[in-house]
This record gives sequence, C-alpha cells and structure tokens, in this order.
Amino acid sequence: MEDIIEKEDIEIKTSIAIPGNVSSMTAPPRTIKIKADSLNCYFGKVHAIKNVSLTIPENSVVAIIGPSGCGKSTFLRSINRMHELVPDSRIIGSLTLDGKDIYGMDAVTVRKRIGMVFQKPNPFPTMSIFDNVAAGLRMNGMGNKKEIAEIVERSLVQAALWNEVKDSLSKSGVSLSGGQQQRLCIARTLAVNPEVILMDEPASALDPLSTAKIEELIHALKHRYTVVIVTHNMQQAARVSDATAFFYMGELIEYDETKKIFTMPAKKQTEDYITGRFG
Amino acid sequence: MERTMFFHYRKFKNLFMYGLCMLSVGVALVPLLLIFYHTISLGVSALNVDFFTQLPKPVGESGGGLANAIVGTLILVGLGSIIGLPVGILAGIYLSEFGNNKFAAAVRFMTDVLNGVPSIVTGVVAYTIVVLPMKHFSAYAGGFALGILMIPIVTRTTEEMLKTVPNSYREAALALGIPQWKTTLRIVMPAALGGIVTGVMLAIARAAGETAPLLFTALNNRFWHTSLDQPIASLTVFIYNYGVSPFEDWIAQAWAGALILILLVLLLSIAVRFATRQRY
Repeated sequence: MEDIIEKEDIEIKTSIAIPGNVSSMTAPPRTIKIKADSLNCYFGKVHAIKNVSLTIPENSVVAIIGPSGCGKSTFLRSINRMHELVPDSRIIGSLTLDGKDIYGMDAVTVRKRIGMVFQKPNPFPTMSIFDNVAAGLRMNGMGNKKEIAEIVERSLVQAALWNEVKDSLSKSGVSLSGGQQQRLCIARTLAVNPEVILMDEPASALDPLSTAKIEELIHALKHRYTVVIVTHNMQQAARVSDATAFFYMGELIEYDETKKIFTMPAKKQTEDYITGRFG
Repeated sequence: MERTMFFHYRKFKNLFMYGLCMLSVGVALVPLLLIFYHTISLGVSALNVDFFTQLPKPVGESGGGLANAIVGTLILVGLGSIIGLPVGILAGIYLSEFGNNKFAAAVRFMTDVLNGVPSIVTGVVAYTIVVLPMKHFSAYAGGFALGILMIPIVTRTTEEMLKTVPNSYREAALALGIPQWKTTLRIVMPAALGGIVTGVMLAIARAAGETAPLLFTALNNRFWHTSLDQPIASLTVFIYNYGVSPFEDWIAQAWAGALILILLVLLLSIAVRFATRQRY
C-alpha cells in the first residue's frame, strides 16, 4: 500500500485551511491523516452536514465543538462509516484516510483502522473485563491466547485501567463504575490497534475525576494515534486538543489551532458560542 | 392538618392499589395451582414403574403403561424442534437485524396470522402435504405439524428479544471492525439469549401439549413405533383417548399422563435454563 503523504502546505480546496501552525508546534511536519472534501451528510431529507471540508493531521487531537444538533456527531460517524448504518442516510463528497477514499474501502476495514468511543460507556454485557478487551481481536480471527493476553494487558495499561482491574479480569465488564467502563471501552478500541480514534463526547456521562482521567489519557494517546473528539465542554476542548473545529447548523464555521479559536476567533459566531452568548 | 390528611389518603391509596395487585396475582395463580393439585391427586395413583416401562394393555386387562407415548411425545417434539427452532430463530434474526423493509413487514404480518391459525387447521395442512403423498400416518407428519406451530412463536419472541438489545452494543461491535454477522451471532444473540430461550421453551411447551394436529398426522399407536414413517403414540392423544373412555383405570392413566406431560415440560425448561445460563 502506498501512502500518499500530503504536506500541509499543499493547497487545500476549502475556505478553511488546516491550522497554519499546528505543525510548527511540534517538531516533525505532520502528514494529513483524514481529509474531508465538500462532505455532505443526509438523513432522508435532512441535510445534516453541509459542504464541510477539513483536514486532520496525524498524531494530533482535533476537537469538534458546537451546539446540540449542529452535526458534530454525524460528521464523526461519517468518518468510520457508522453514519451509513442509519436507514435513509446518504453521503456526498469525499473523505479520505491516508489519501485513500474511505467510501471506496470495505467498511469493516475502515472501522478496524478508525476506532470509536461512544458517549455512553457500552461494554459488552455478556463478557468479562478481559473478554471485552479481547473481543475485537478474537472476532477478527486472532487465536493465539498468549498474544491476546499480552495485547489485553497492554491495552488496559494504555487506557490507565490496568491497576484497577488486574485482579478482577474475569469479572463482568458492566460491574465497573461508569468512568472505569469508559476506559474499558477505550482499551477495547486500542486493542485492535486502530490508527485513528474517534470519541463522541466520551466524558459527558462521567464525573469530574473520571473526566480528568480520560483527558489525561487523550493526551497520552496522541503520540501514537490520531484523535478526533466531539465535546460539548469547551474547557475540555481547550485542554485536550491541538486544533478545534466549530460546527453550527451543519456547517463548519471555523477550524483553527485551539489556542487561536479560544483566544481570538476569526468569526463572530465562534466568539459568540465560546463566550456563551448562544448555544 | 390538611397535610396529614392528604398523607393518610395517599397511604391508603397506595395500600389499596397494592392490595389489588396482590389480588390479581392470586387470581392468576389459583387456576394454575388447582390444575396442579387436581392432576397430581388424580394421576399419582396410576403412577408406578410399569407406567414408564410398559406398553398399554388391551381393554379389560389392568396394568400396563404409556412408555411408548412418553417416548413418542419426546420424538414428536424433537422432530418439531428440528423444523421449528432453526426456521423460527433465523427468521427472528432476519426480522430484527435486517428487517427494515416491506418484505419483512409482510413476513411479520404473516407470522402473526400463522400464530393465530387454529392448530387443527395446521393438522389438516400437514395431512394434505405429508400424509396424503406418503399414503399413511407417520411421526414425520406429526413433527412437521408441530414444527409449523412452533415457527411463529419462536420467530416473534426471537425478534422481540433481539430488539431489546440496545443498539449501542451493535455499534460498539461494528466500530471494532467486527463484521455484521459476527456482531449478530457473538454480541447481540448472547445478550438476548435468556429471552430467546424463553420463546423456545414456550414453543416446545405448546407443541408438547397439542392434540388436534396429531390426530391427523401421527395418529396413535398402541405399540412401539418401528420407524419414524409409521404412526407413533403421544401422551396427548393417549390422554384424549383414555380420558373419554369408560374405564376407570384408563381415566386414571390419562391423569397420570397429564401429570407426566407437565413434568416433562417443566424438567426440560429447567434443563435448558441451566444449560444456557450466563455467568453475568
């Protein structure tokens, strides 16, 4: 597989360019991991995403903010082809992963490479903690028990859950607290070794302590993964992300370096939203 | 003052409604207990080792048992399950997981209609489809009729139970790159297993208790069946024949048969529950 590497300075066909100096913040120049070009998503006749173009650089955390119903989740779900599971849904435009058309690939392959963590923790109810993390591996055909055990441990360590559950791996996944369940779900996603992790308000159902843990985790994850996080919590976006995209009514209003969005947004609508004047 | 009056009124209302609920539970349980009591008190006298090991004796001779009918019922229900369970469960999976179209809506409607068809009609259908071409009654025909009766029950309960599994589990599995068929089989099915088993047991209990369709298909047999394409005995048909007979020992044996039938279904339910119990 050839990797098409696009430098950031390549002109992107959109009114909103990639954050100009995201790459200058960290040493190596970043390649583009995901690129949306004139993306439109529909639910039946509802036009949920309108002509959105943006690029997500590798090994960065991109936050998507905006009021409820603005299309944040829909955009996220279109990236790993979860959107198409909704009856009557439609997608027009292009979405690429490493330069390859996501909608030209097999959906199962896409979802192996682009993992997802959901708003509500959803560990599989019939499985133990161990089996939850191993589920993705086993069901994709991995049979080597030793290898599975290693990956499960590594994933739980990465998800900062190992120390809390290492003595109770055979207990039910749903016996954990909400925050632990969410980290279990993150471990489950990490186990299949995706390249990108999509997070749909991963901390909105959690208490502040658990939220802090998840945020630390996101920080640690970006060294190995590309993270896209949808959040209602602007402080959270400011804390965890390198770049922030502001969606409103299905449109991408502004996309820039997080610091810039929160200190001197270019658009009036962005400013109004982050200062709490609407939304 | 006003507040305490309201408090007492509310307490009274609560107690009254609670009482009504308990009364309803009682009313629902009374027939069940009466049936148990009646069956046990009338049937237990005819129960002995012979009942489980001997063939029915000819008229006038006392003793004998219903061994062939017990085995026959098990075989008929087994044959019915071989047809009814796979078709019913697969149809239920289709309706729940892939049934978002007009064809599925039609299937759903037809299933409900089939569920409402009187079992004797199913017997006549099985008679036409299986017995007439074979030119004789057979266990196969009986199993076929029971299988048809089981399909709609299993289909609808399987569908309903799969639908109670929250979509978030399906999404979680799909987002891990697990193909849809594996998601259905390994994530959704286990989560709904308890409910599906309940549906299966309901269908088996219904099939085990059917008499009318067997009269047209399996008929009856006072001896051991020699092969499955021969008429076969069943507890229900024996209960029917013996129950309306003028002989006291036959009537007692009919009650014993009824008791055994109830116990068979009960034991089977317990065994299946135990076999499919889940760790969590």
